[in-house]
Amino acid sequence: MKVKVKAEPEEQRLTGAETLIHALKQEKVEVVFGYPGGAVLPIYDALYRNPIRHVLARHEQGAIHAAEGYARVSGKPGVVLATSGPGATNLVTGITDAMMDSLPLVIFTGQVASGVIGTDAFQEADVTGITMPITKHNYQVRDLKDLPRIVKEAFHIASNGRPGPVLVDIPKDVSATAAEVNFGGKVHLPGFQPTKNPNVLQIKKLNEAIESAKKPVILAGAGILHAKASEQLRAVAESKNIPVVHTLLGLGGFPADHPLFLGMGGMHGCYAANMALYECDLLVNIGARFDDRLTGNLKTFAPEAVVAHIDVDPAEIGKNVETHIPIVGDAKAALQKLADEQGSSSMCEEWLVHLRQYQQEYPYWHKELEDVISPQKLISEIHSLTGGDAIVTTDVGQHQMWAAQYYTFNDPHKWVTSGGLGTMGFGFPAAIGAQIAEPDKRVVSIVGDGGFQMTSEELILLRELDLPVKIVIVNNGTLGMVRQWQESFYEQRYSHSVFNLQPDFVKLADSYGVRGFKVSTIEEAKALLSEVLNDDEPALIDCRVCAAENVYPMVAPGTGLHEMIGVKP
Amino acid sequence: MKRRIVTATVLNQSGVLNRVTGLFTKRHFNIESITVGHTETEGISKMTFVVNVEDDRQIEQLLKQLNKQIDVLKVSDITNQAIVARELALIKVLATGQTRAEISGIVEPFRALIIDMSRDTLTVQVTGDAEKIEAIIELLRPYGIKELARTGITAFTRGFQKSVTDLKHYTLLK
Repeated sequence: MKVKVKAEPEEQRLTGAETLIHALKQEKVEVVFGYPGGAVLPIYDALYRNPIRHVLARHEQGAIHAAEGYARVSGKPGVVLATSGPGATNLVTGITDAMMDSLPLVIFTGQVASGVIGTDAFQEADVTGITMPITKHNYQVRDLKDLPRIVKEAFHIASNGRPGPVLVDIPKDVSATAAEVNFGGKVHLPGFQPTKNPNVLQIKKLNEAIESAKKPVILAGAGILHAKASEQLRAVAESKNIPVVHTLLGLGGFPADHPLFLGMGGMHGCYAANMALYECDLLVNIGARFDDRLTGNLKTFAPEAVVAHIDVDPAEIGKNVETHIPIVGDAKAALQKLADEQGSSSMCEEWLVHLRQYQQEYPYWHKELEDVISPQKLISEIHSLTGGDAIVTTDVGQHQMWAAQYYTFNDPHKWVTSGGLGTMGFGFPAAIGAQIAEPDKRVVSIVGDGGFQMTSEELILLRELDLPVKIVIVNNGTLGMVRQWQESFYEQRYSHSVFNLQPDFVKLADSYGVRGFKVSTIEEAKALLSEVLNDDEPALIDCRVCAAENVYPMVAPGTGLHEMIGVKP
Repeated sequence: MKRRIVTATVLNQSGVLNRVTGLFTKRHFNIESITVGHTETEGISKMTFVVNVEDDRQIEQLLKQLNKQIDVLKVSDITNQAIVARELALIKVLATGQTRAEISGIVEPFRALIIDMSRDTLTVQVTGDAEKIEAIIELLRPYGIKELARTGITAFTRGFQKSVTDLKHYTLLK
């Protein structure tokens, strides 16, 4: 690829800050999630004069999680702007989260002026150094003339191949001074040429394997969603008659009510899905990364299976599980090619009957509780009241697993959760970003009482921006998942996992101008939710649920997928 | 543990060495040595790593992770190819009147050089593959090595490669 110089170069005399805003507009950025500060004053000044929609979070962590929610739902890169030093370091959790879950983000941080970099200046931090291992790539702009190119490259890298966060660090003198800048350059990255189209011979090999398999299963991860390949996945599963298991992050890629869908696999996945992964003779992984929470003990993972793995990131293939049919490429392209391969519908009726028996015998189960809300029941109610059609965001822990188990998705891009990093405090700000991406859709943020307190300061945004997000706090007064592990594996020594004191969430909401409610029985919850979930005002519902409930079934740490505990009441 | 020699062609951007060594730390790879220097093309540098890996899967992962870096253009595991690999070592060894001549006698067959001298030391410069360097170090050790510095190996493939049957360089198709 050569950079063509146009007859009329798009040269203009602009400051770095103006250049940045111009470049963001060129990238069609709709919204920036940010927080101002000293080192980004010139950028905020340029934003004042040439506006792009800016969402002023109340903490940089809130800003970046909102950008993640926006990216997850819209598929477009989330854009974040923060100042140097503490502004940038407050982003670190969100950047890592986006890296682990392959979310496209472009993050701009201010930096102290070039002349004082390295002198421990006020609000200086080595942000490119800090974020090197947690970004797909990062830049520090040394020369204003490079800025248009760097912005283009940043967006290109963030959203192509396996998506991920890219950070651009801009020293204050670069954003404040002016120069002749040229926006005409093209992206030229010889070191970044992701393989999109899969090798046809490998696809044929996979097709042959499907033909000869008696017990095939597809494991579909978030790669399906990033590639927007839900239709293609469905076509392949149906035409070749292969059951589908989703990873936590893949949920929604394949319709949950489809007869070929077995459910979520992994630590708190359903029995049928895990047994399918264990007993299969052909495992077709599409866009999942064989995370340890999915595989359980690797020594007993899919012991009989020929493993095929389709992934746009070659480094994921063979990383954790030995792979016999590696296919590097975009999930959509690969599935399309696979669907084109004729006459390969596998004859595996016996296998499907066998798996359906598992499904009937070992469905998700939970206790029926009288006086107190059963958290599982609560999620089921939210599901039915929203027609299974809401965008659901969660934090991490018990409520997340219950949401994954009981809020079943038939459509993609509706499930926003922190998978790889397991970030508490993610769910609520992510809901803000999701609602901004999809203003007309219902967004429900199902969070725990612990995680919500980590980013609850963003409540003000619901009022300020009139976002009708519904927050459902699954309040068990504990750090539920920690407490569950302490119960199961630490002889019930509940070390610091039970809160002695909680804020009044209703008053908290009230002080931010958001309606707050508290419910303690499932009838109350049902009555309230059926009203609140259907109006267009933000609301917070503090649901007091049974504190002693545990998430089951479970693959205990160190055991294999076939050794699930708590599979029956 | 297997010793592998890996070369990487990289864009000479600031921080690229940091990126690569950071990657090694993050992924728990054990580096024996790294050398970096310019190539014939401006703006492009070559890195040579000697790494110790447990198995083929680990080296494959290392090559893939390196390849994922935006600033890395090309990665090759050249361990099993015909290569030219050289390292330079500086060895300051105690040398009194009596041992001076003996040391010179060792230096000569190794085609090493004596590049500095003081009243009671000699500094020897030796170039060669790792085994040659090890050998001269062992021979000089009895005299008392005061200081030792090694550059680590830099390497590339020979101009002429014999047809190799077991070529295990970076490939996605196993």
